[in-house]
Amino acid sequence: MLQPQFASVADVTERLTAAGYLTDDAIATTVFLADRLGKPLLVEGPAGVGKTELAKAVAEATGSELIRLQCYEGLDEARALYEWNYKKQLLRIQASKDDDSWDDIHDDVFAEEFLLSRPLLSAIRNPDPTVLLIDETDKADVEVEGLLLEVLSDFQITIPELGTISAVRRPIVFLTSNATRELSEALKRRCLYLHLDYPSAEREKAIVLSRVPEIAEQLAEQLVRTVRALRSMELKKSPSISESIDWARTLLALGLDTLDEEAVKTTLGVVLKHASDHERAGTQLKLN
Amino acid sequence: MATGGLIEREIGFFHALRDAGVSISLAEVIDATRALGAIDLLDREALRAAYAATTLKRPAHRRTFDMLFDLWFPPVTGDPSAGSRAGEDGDGEAGDGEGLEGDGKPDTEALRDALRQLLLDGDEEAMQRFARQTVRDLGRADTQPGRQSWFSYRVLRGLSPETLMASLLENLLAGQQRGGMAEKVARQTISERIRQFQEMVESEVRRRLAEDRGAEQLSKTAVQPLAEQVDFLRASRNDMAELRRQVFPLARRLATRLTAKRRLGRTGKLDFRRTVRASLGTGGVPLVTHHRPQKPHKPELTVICDVSGSVAGFAHFTLMLAYALSEQFTKVRAFAFIDTADEVSRFFTPGGDVADALARMSAEANLVWFDGHSDYGHSLEEFAANYPDAVGPRTSLLILGDARNNYRATAVTTLRSLVARSRHAYWLNPEPQAYWGSGDSATTVYADVIEMVEVRNAVQLEAFVQRLLPT
Repeated sequence: MLQPQFASVADVTERLTAAGYLTDDAIATTVFLADRLGKPLLVEGPAGVGKTELAKAVAEATGSELIRLQCYEGLDEARALYEWNYKKQLLRIQASKDDDSWDDIHDDVFAEEFLLSRPLLSAIRNPDPTVLLIDETDKADVEVEGLLLEVLSDFQITIPELGTISAVRRPIVFLTSNATRELSEALKRRCLYLHLDYPSAEREKAIVLSRVPEIAEQLAEQLVRTVRALRSMELKKSPSISESIDWARTLLALGLDTLDEEAVKTTLGVVLKHASDHERAGTQLKLN
Repeated sequence: MATGGLIEREIGFFHALRDAGVSISLAEVIDATRALGAIDLLDREALRAAYAATTLKRPAHRRTFDMLFDLWFPPVTGDPSAGSRAGEDGDGEAGDGEGLEGDGKPDTEALRDALRQLLLDGDEEAMQRFARQTVRDLGRADTQPGRQSWFSYRVLRGLSPETLMASLLENLLAGQQRGGMAEKVARQTISERIRQFQEMVESEVRRRLAEDRGAEQLSKTAVQPLAEQVDFLRASRNDMAELRRQVFPLARRLATRLTAKRRLGRTGKLDFRRTVRASLGTGGVPLVTHHRPQKPHKPELTVICDVSGSVAGFAHFTLMLAYALSEQFTKVRAFAFIDTADEVSRFFTPGGDVADALARMSAEANLVWFDGHSDYGHSLEEFAANYPDAVGPRTSLLILGDARNNYRATAVTTLRSLVARSRHAYWLNPEPQAYWGSGDSATTVYADVIEMVEVRNAVQLEAFVQRLLPT
């Protein structure tokens, strides 16, 4: 049931690049290992560095279906694993004729037909290649982690009425987290771990150029350097890659071909989202 | 040094990691070993990524990991440039021998020129080669007859890369005007590269040392503690900057944990309307009850902190954290003192820059009354007299300081009455508990009337704040 999708690390790099995601050595190797060893991959890092994008790109590169479980406070079994379709079960009982025995109905209403499959179960049962993305795992309550353990270590789900359902084909699993809280050791132990941070200047420039191909290389270089200068300040929220890309698009839309003081002053809102950060960047970059 | 196979080396590496405080379970060791089978072992970066993916589960440990990895799996052994001299000279860039004059003494000027070019280009591989070469030429010193050692400061002092900044800036700015944003950005780029070069030199020196003395030996001494475990009183400026950067993530973590805890204890009143509405979906049977969220109890926080030289770093960090967490309190009021107390809440505007506020606080607040040496007694008296409304039955009172009072009066009765009026009162002391009460420390006197907590580093502070915040 373990069917690796990638042949080598170089293959990962190549196919992810084709899917529009520029990797570096660490990312490519880690994705390759996750695929080869059949282990879930926990991706952690600040917001906007491309954690979710990575999962999407892998799905596209391997031609897999992407199944996404968005975590939030109060997420429970019924929304993550499966749920019995209570209303349909009720209808079935009400529609039954008098001669139906209790045993028949009983077996009948706990059949496949009345099972509502939620993302985790769907991913396990899918016979086609699948990428399962469990997004923002840190937002979910601690109990959800317990729920994930069985799924992630054995790729099976136990439904009391139906028995244990095992994966026909092991999905590639990505978990993302912003590290607002520390995930449990038990969960981390079952996963490979990748910390995505702000990229090197070269890679960031390449990303900006590939996402906004119309931008001049000179301007992209300038933009990336400025963003890095912003990140080195003590800001409440450092600009992320997606904000660099937004900034590049903004400059392009405004028809600016160089990033001087005036241009930065008018468009700083695209990258910095706190008033105090604006002030600080303004004084440190001597904009005023 | 263990010279056995890959597995022995791997186990030695994991032991060194564990000694440095990275916990690695057996399951992770097995994963790591399985991963080795899947990758190209000759590719060193792939090996690093494989080990990182399987054993490293906290970003804070990354530095330690990288350093130990370089020690246990060095990129080269011995003196690699000696063998490949011919090949490198052809490149024309910072090749070997260029910096050496006839008598074999390194010519620092030529080396500095080479370094300037490298810093301008930012080519990592060439820089790496250059670091190796300069460490070989400049970094060795005979400590005793017949014994040699390696020192990074000899290299960095010889080259002094910081002094290249001015001419590099000129090159990089290429005629643009000085003083504006362009300069700031260029400066940032260059200092980043210089730091990169310094790190390369340091890691090369460690590699050389490890070759002489064994990786195991070096792993024990070379690992630096994490910023959050550094004592506030001993933290360097870099450590404090790193800590300040962690304030907001820390506050967010604490706040999330708090909401999670509050949610767990959900025993609010029954929300009748929502329960009945939800029961319609199940034929009028209320399978699930809904409850109104409980109103969380939010206390008022009053912080009195000693901001005299020795403990200022600690006070600043704690104040930043208090304001980052201000949503968790109905009101935060801050008072600072050296030998008299003044309210400094006015500097902390909501959404404002806390670092700025701290700077303004030191410049503008009225904290000195007599001679500018810590005087806890007078400060407490002044505080109690001037701000009687600051401590009430809903207040959590925090006092920050080392209680080193220069043998002055302690005003312990005033403190006792303050403690009696407050809901909770704690004294956070950045000194190690072993030193409490020694010399001019009035800790023993104060500890009788207020609970004194040792908060030496960020980890201890986090643990304390979690205890302070109500559920």
